[in-house]
Amino acid sequence: MIPPETTSKETTDMSSAGGQPEQAEAAPDLAALGIRDGAGHAVHVKDLHAYYGQLHSIKGINLECRANQVTALIGPSGSGKSTVIRCINRMHEEIPGARAEGSVTLDDLDVYGAGVDVTAVRRLIGMVFQKPNPFPTMSIFDNVAAGLKLTGTRSDNLRERVHKSLRAVGLWNEVKNRLNEPGIGLSGGQQQRLCIARAVAVEPEVILMDEPASALDPISTLKVEELIDELKDRYTIVIVTHNMQQAARVANSTAFMLDGELIEHGPTNDIFTNPKDERTERYVTGKFG
Amino acid sequence: MRGLLLVGTLIALIPLLLVIYYLLHKGLGALSGSFFSSDPNGNFFGDPGGTRSAIFGTLEIVGLATLISVPIGIGVALYLTEYGRDSRFGNAIRYFVDVMTGVPSIVFGLFIYISLVLGHVGGSGFAGWKGSIALALLMLPIVTRSAEVVLLLVPDSLREAALALGAPRWRVVMRVVLPTATPGLVTGSLLAVARGMGETAPLLFTTAGAFALTGSLNAQMNALPLQIYNDILSPRSVVIQRAWGAALTLVALVLILNLIARLVSRRSRMA
Repeated sequence: MIPPETTSKETTDMSSAGGQPEQAEAAPDLAALGIRDGAGHAVHVKDLHAYYGQLHSIKGINLECRANQVTALIGPSGSGKSTVIRCINRMHEEIPGARAEGSVTLDDLDVYGAGVDVTAVRRLIGMVFQKPNPFPTMSIFDNVAAGLKLTGTRSDNLRERVHKSLRAVGLWNEVKNRLNEPGIGLSGGQQQRLCIARAVAVEPEVILMDEPASALDPISTLKVEELIDELKDRYTIVIVTHNMQQAARVANSTAFMLDGELIEHGPTNDIFTNPKDERTERYVTGKFG
Repeated sequence: MRGLLLVGTLIALIPLLLVIYYLLHKGLGALSGSFFSSDPNGNFFGDPGGTRSAIFGTLEIVGLATLISVPIGIGVALYLTEYGRDSRFGNAIRYFVDVMTGVPSIVFGLFIYISLVLGHVGGSGFAGWKGSIALALLMLPIVTRSAEVVLLLVPDSLREAALALGAPRWRVVMRVVLPTATPGLVTGSLLAVARGMGETAPLLFTTAGAFALTGSLNAQMNALPLQIYNDILSPRSVVIQRAWGAALTLVALVLILNLIARLVSRRSRMA
């Protein structure tokens, strides 16, 4: 599989962060990055190893997540799917004793590079978790604005950005009259879309989703899946899922993982109908896992 | 089995009810307008005065002790939960905090007496603020322990959500962890305050007691526990009754604080 050529514009912008010294913390020039020029941003994982203490849980993985596509990671529990995406935005290292080796790049930005600010990486690579986790002390509005406030990003049009994010996740009509009510007052499915809005509001390039619909009812799941399909026009999406039908519905390409190794990665259709590896075939046909 | 436990519970309740009964029985008679509005005067005959200076002294001394112990205690707890959760250093601190909880209160008083009172630190020997520090030392481990428990109750998923948005850890702590934990932190702190309010031993040879009302924490100061301690030794029945009145006042203050703590924690809705 040949990685598509990606624009190096973004990375040049990052290295010359002094362009608009608006906020000392905003090292990568997010204002410039936020302006979309239509060029997508791809993630490359090369020879990634991840450890939890002594446990070697990811054993050398190569994965390419193409720009503006949905890449699904499937595999049985404990195969390391979540660990892989947590390595992409460096959340893995937040677990005590956990570490990662290898290389992850976003376009030309080395995510694990020596001078790279981890908070900047996470602003570029957003994340949605399995369980909806809105901030319980914040209103619906503040939850969506949280990413901007927590990163110290000063935004003149905060209100607009929040409204835009809520529209982007299809939550606007449901909450527009109660933006000041607590975020945890929403239903589970609404909470998850609120969390997606929160991730979208900081205008990342990539959104990682760790089983985003596994705690939701079927209708909410459907809404989230439709949302993923819309979001891929603007973001590169990597989704971990237990649900193979879900992968088949939303993903352009699917990677099958087993015991910390990536067995096979290809167009979703091929993985489900014509897998090359026997283990993949056994998994997608439900013979194990 | 159930009956046995019930009997045990009732036996345990007896002293509590007796304390409340005696407090009300002997203390209510002492309460009057002048009880709250006049200071003890130390006269051997006639009107012995009220407890105004003791009430205000307690509020000042405990207030300063709270200002010292609560921020430090919550700070230590934040370090333990947010940064040093499994580190060896964190565990060592946790151990010392536990040890500090078990230190008898008079030892803190003695420590302040030797380190601050004998040396006339701050220009005077006995002083209200020295009592505050002794109380703060006593309250510190209580605040720390309760705050740590509360902070651990804040779900890690919230910390992860904030970190994944690109927030630096200190902002996660200030904007997500602390606001989520606030009701519990208030409750724990108020319980520590209530505990500090009733302590006599740390004040005995740090603030030493006085008759007159003073606003200066750098002077000897009266406090409710000290007033009770001094009055109860008096041969005069009217002074002994004042001790009961002071005891009732102290218990009422602690009760009010506990009620506030309850109300605040009931409001908390931790997800």
